[in-house]
Amino acid sequence: MIELEGLTKRFGTKTAVDHLSFQVRPGVVTGFLGPNGAGKSTTMRMMLDLDNPTSGTVRIDGKHYRELQEPLKYIGALLDAKAMHGGRSAYNNLLCLAQSNRIPASRVGEVLDLVGLTAVARKKSKGFSLGMGQRLGIASALLGDPEILMFDEPVNGLDPEGIHWIRNLMKALAAEGRTIFVSSHLMSEMALTADHLIVIGQGKLLADTSMADFIQQNSRSYVRLRSPQREQLLDALHANGFTPVEAGGGTLEVDGATTEKLGELAAENGLVLHELSAQRASLEEAFMQMTAGAVEYHAHGTNVHGADGQGVTAPPAAGPRWGDTTKGA
Amino acid sequence: MTTPHSYVSPIPVRKAHLGDALASEWTKIRSLRSTMWTLGVMVLLMLGVGLAVAAIVSSSNAPTENESALGLGFFGVLLGSICVITLGVLTIASEYGTGMIRTTLTACPSRARVLTAKAIVFFLLVFTITTVTATLVGLAQVAMVDNAAEPTSGQWLRATVGVGLFMAELGLLALAVGAVVRHSAGAITIMIGVLLLPLVAAMFMFSESLAKVQEWLLDYAIPSQLIALYAGRSAMGQSGPSGWDPVWILLVITAAAGAGAYALLNSRDV
Ligand SMILES: Nc1ncnc2c1ncn2[C@@H]1O[C@H](COP(=O)(O)OP(=O)(O)OP(=O)(O)O)[C@@H](O)[C@H]1O
Ligand SMILES: [Mg+2]
Repeated sequence: MIELEGLTKRFGTKTAVDHLSFQVRPGVVTGFLGPNGAGKSTTMRMMLDLDNPTSGTVRIDGKHYRELQEPLKYIGALLDAKAMHGGRSAYNNLLCLAQSNRIPASRVGEVLDLVGLTAVARKKSKGFSLGMGQRLGIASALLGDPEILMFDEPVNGLDPEGIHWIRNLMKALAAEGRTIFVSSHLMSEMALTADHLIVIGQGKLLADTSMADFIQQNSRSYVRLRSPQREQLLDALHANGFTPVEAGGGTLEVDGATTEKLGELAAENGLVLHELSAQRASLEEAFMQMTAGAVEYHAHGTNVHGADGQGVTAPPAAGPRWGDTTKGA
Repeated sequence: MTTPHSYVSPIPVRKAHLGDALASEWTKIRSLRSTMWTLGVMVLLMLGVGLAVAAIVSSSNAPTENESALGLGFFGVLLGSICVITLGVLTIASEYGTGMIRTTLTACPSRARVLTAKAIVFFLLVFTITTVTATLVGLAQVAMVDNAAEPTSGQWLRATVGVGLFMAELGLLALAVGAVVRHSAGAITIMIGVLLLPLVAAMFMFSESLAKVQEWLLDYAIPSQLIALYAGRSAMGQSGPSGWDPVWILLVITAAAGAGAYALLNSRDV
């Protein structure tokens, strides 16, 4: 169990993490989601006592990180950057960590085997590919067979097979009763692995909800219609109590209806349809809308919010469709 | 949601202590190619330059009067000190360069324990190798140069153990600077400046008003102190350090730098 309370980190005038309070519970995979620069890595570094919080606290099973005896046996972490000495072999990189926490040397071979690096155990980690480096990092996290595992963007640089492997690994680790905390900026990835979801934007908590609730609240289903007789179609829909919304390209979107119902309605009115399809908004869209006000780095660089950027202090994700799942700051 | 049972590591947890950190740092230092390179080159320089100087002096037949041949080891040790500085800096700065420091401090959150373990392992390694090499060079030099005074036991001790301590302390100073600067090239440059700049600066102090400063620099520059350690008396005049003084002076400086490095390591973000 990890507990954050009012955790804040400022770099000069920039507030990277802003009064974050949440808990990471055991036995489930908790996804930590936010756009680039949201403060995920900074939060994780503070959890490991690498960065000093400006204010607020992190407790791991009720203790501060520095109070942990042999911390690798409580918590294993994979950080976003390579954190090994490239001039040392994979085996020796892990061995020196094991020794510092009195973990038997035989465990080094075990974790290397677990992540599939046995064949290159004696090779310098400098020459490792992105995916191999990531696997070495995961091996170091697993070294102490800890209760808590923390992964900062573990699928970065992995091929589809590797992604699949990590996904199953995290689920298996959580099923053993461990606490898994994993960051990502891909909602679709989280939807497949996480049971619980914590979303941040510009350092602030935007949502703290179960994955099931998030999916239920955010996967809006609707029907898309296109017709050359647009005016008649609109009249017919209104007459039957639907509230069509105009979408781009001359299409209409209707919430709370089925294709069967609308197809019959069109037939009754003798209307020609060019499109009639059931649609589901993706979770990615929901995530993007939720964090829209809090995106740090826009692709076109014309609209970079300052530290006091607008839309940050407003209740996040004011959109009517998921207001219930979000938590105001 | 059911409250699932919490997982507990099957590996028993005990109170961590310095011994674990020492084992870890020993693995680190012995598993790097840069350790072999820097210490190997140091040994070669001490042996090669030391023997070459002895050969030149013995063939020239210049009367060395009451000087012992041990002092000829100075040149090799001065060049070798650059290797020790490099290794001292790399011992910590390379962890910052590669990002390893984050893993290290995650595994051992006590900054004091990490720094102490690094310092002890580095000190013992450099002290042992330097002392052994200095002893070999000394024996060869005394055997090769006949027309020199027989070294006293005090001179022998300072030229072996004393030189070993002096070099290991210099390396620790480099380690502390590396921990403060966190950048290998920067820290090595600073340390080479500390080693050579005082003598170079003293050379350009012609003005009468700077005479006192010049004298002080000539007495206390690191190469002068090394000469004093060998000779047993001040390198230039009468005022400077002599005997074992250089070892104590450098110890105080290194301890102060180490305390500063610890304070910074403890308070800074990694
Ligand atoms: N050492 C630092 N000094 C100054 N600013 C920093 C530092 N570390 C992080 N920041 C700033 O804090 C903010 C949060 O960064 P952080 O790396 O935590 O984001 P992130 O959510 O991990 O992003 P990404 O998804 O890109 O990894 C960014 O704006 C970053 O520029
Ligand atoms: Mg990050």
